Amino acid sequence: MARAPSVDAVMLEARATVLTKRSIKKSSKLAGIDISIACMDLTTLEGKDSPGKVRSVCARAVSPAPGVRSVAAVCVYPTLVPECVRALDGSKVLVASVATAFPSGLSPLDVKLRETREAVAMGADEIDMVIDRGALLAGRETEVFAEIVAVKEACGQAALKVILEAGELGSYALIRRACDIALAAGADFIKNSTGKIPISTTPGIALLMAEAIRDHHRKTGRSAGLKIAGGIRTTKAALGYLSLVKETLGDAWLHPDRFRIGASSLLDDLLMQREKELTGSYSALAYVAQA
Amino acid sequence: MIQTKPAPVVPGFEYAPSPETTQPKIRDRYGLFIGGEWVSPKSGESFATINPATEEKLADIAFAGPEDVNRAVEAARRAYDKYWRKMPGSERAKYVYRIGRILAERSREFAVLESMDGGKPIRESRDFDVPQAAAHFFYHAGWADKLEWAVQSPETIQPLGVVGAIVPWNFPLLIATWKIAPALACGNTIVLKPAETTPLTALLLAEVMQEADLPPGVVNVITGDGRTGAALVEHQDTDKLSFTGSTEVGKMIRRATAGTRKKLALELGGKAAFIVYEDAPLDQVIEGIVSAIYFNQGHVCCAGSRLLLQEPIYEEIIERLRARIETLRHGDPLDKNTDVGAINSRMQRDRIVELVNSGISEGAHLVQASCPLPERGYWYPASFFTNVQPTHRIAREEIFGPVLSIMTFRTADEAIERANNLPYGLSAGIWTASGQLGMYTAARMQAGVVWCNTFNQFDPSSPFGGYKESGFGREGGLAGLRDYLR
Repeated sequence: MARAPSVDAVMLEARATVLTKRSIKKSSKLAGIDISIACMDLTTLEGKDSPGKVRSVCARAVSPAPGVRSVAAVCVYPTLVPECVRALDGSKVLVASVATAFPSGLSPLDVKLRETREAVAMGADEIDMVIDRGALLAGRETEVFAEIVAVKEACGQAALKVILEAGELGSYALIRRACDIALAAGADFIKNSTGKIPISTTPGIALLMAEAIRDHHRKTGRSAGLKIAGGIRTTKAALGYLSLVKETLGDAWLHPDRFRIGASSLLDDLLMQREKELTGSYSALAYVAQA
Repeated sequence: MIQTKPAPVVPGFEYAPSPETTQPKIRDRYGLFIGGEWVSPKSGESFATINPATEEKLADIAFAGPEDVNRAVEAARRAYDKYWRKMPGSERAKYVYRIGRILAERSREFAVLESMDGGKPIRESRDFDVPQAAAHFFYHAGWADKLEWAVQSPETIQPLGVVGAIVPWNFPLLIATWKIAPALACGNTIVLKPAETTPLTALLLAEVMQEADLPPGVVNVITGDGRTGAALVEHQDTDKLSFTGSTEVGKMIRRATAGTRKKLALELGGKAAFIVYEDAPLDQVIEGIVSAIYFNQGHVCCAGSRLLLQEPIYEEIIERLRARIETLRHGDPLDKNTDVGAINSRMQRDRIVELVNSGISEGAHLVQASCPLPERGYWYPASFFTNVQPTHRIAREEIFGPVLSIMTFRTADEAIERANNLPYGLSAGIWTASGQLGMYTAARMQAGVVWCNTFNQFDPSSPFGGYKESGFGREGGLAGLRDYLR
């Protein structure tokens, strides 16, 4: 791999702020809401998740509200994949599963690979893996790279999203390095966060990742995707990230093949704002069916 | 991408027009603001100020002839003798602070007016010009009763008297406040002449002076063109002239004031070098370049208009910049998503075209953003030249438009030599991941301000001004403050 590009925090964040503060009104707001829904990985990742909870999340994923198209995928823990597959049968919604000892990633490699294979065998279309941050911070880049390659192989036909847990990496330079390692190792998507730590999605991190994907495409011709997850709860925030992707990667990336938003509660606000754009008034949260 | 099920079709995502809706009150006709009142010009003449984005007239503006200039200077002198020089600093501070408060409260109105009259994007007037202008008043309000800490010999602190201030059209409100705020804080009175293409925010500022109950004559605003400016320069009874504008006019003013008692500050043209070493953060370099040359359509005296690239990254930067200028949103200055607004005047557009043509005929290669531009109004697309040689006019003359000249270098010392090899010396930018290399280069720049890994950063506490033919005197900070004391 080539020398990691240096990153300057001040200018990166200044640019990211401009991009996430575009003024999105009227028809573009409505289009942005629909894209955000279509690109959503509706997520439930709690220790208390049960088949019943997964069924209700899936029902909402297929039909978020009357007249609203389905989301891209439902993201669950591996043991809930079978329930998810059943509930989404016949729909276009994909089944995504976290794997590789999510969220820490601190299990032996053979355990992580077996978890991945089993999730795919049970019907997962996509695997969200975590990288070994400890190895990366200790400078063992080759190990991180090799592990992603191994998990990718274990995925078979399933798409692989590689979670960098950017908030734990300590510098933009290392986040950029992690992006480049994951992309070189064959990640179909790179993803910023597990959503389990305090620093998850920031405009600066999202812009840095989008730039890595753009540079990877420029050098190899391969179009990898961006998934942002963690802390995105409002339509305003989601639209900000759409602008960031649009102006950094281009319109072709505003598609579920190349862009995902991982979220659990964001859908509520998107539906309320959508209703407001269509009718001119806000509905109470009680009128938005939740999972 | 591997997908086991067909992905849904998604709609397109274009930004709908998002114009700023605040409507500033613009009068049909403006008089001169002299002695705290709006008066008709003795010259009997007026001129129109237009919106450069639409070419529509915004208002008729009074033309101040020599008699009017005299009236304004007399009013300023009276106010100086009668009120302002006697007022304790703690009292002056209250006025200066109040002006800042009112300006901040009416910020949206100022921003819209600045964009209408001058063509700059509302995002810039709203987020840069107006907040910075208010900040200058707040900063200097703090100094007004602490001037003894600003000078070597506190027992002899004295203001200068009457200040004549002539400001340009690129930052009409902001540069006016750069002069008004320290002048008032130090106990001087002032006669301000805004540029003829952008007088409206200075006139709105005059309204703020009334609203703040400033004693009559402490701030006077006279409008007109170069003739008005010349009359102000030649007037016998000013104690200081502060001019921001072209080097050509600056030289005329220096000649005209030679042998007089007047103190002089000149902030003139520039042709700043923007030096990029091969280890620089490239994505941020691109954003730095965009800020350096496309901010305010390049109508910036400290614009980084000469890009010096270390040879190994030349191709890479050109390729990235070519893609980046395609994403700049040109058009309606009042649209909140506009990145590049209108050129300030027909005259300036013509000057840009003339210099660009010289670049083409001298053999440089022109690259321009391909976006469509509005039919009415004055526009110029974001542009850059490759294959520029240091002898070309576009490498030596200030274009004052969104046009960048790109050259290369091999070593730090060569970059430094090329950067300094011009009569100008206002600003410079240095990009490197190496702190040592950044410091080495910065220490050798003949420039009043050097930015490292950033560009166009301003703060009222940080002095701004030039080396060599970019002028002398400082604005902002302690150095700027002292220039308004005897």
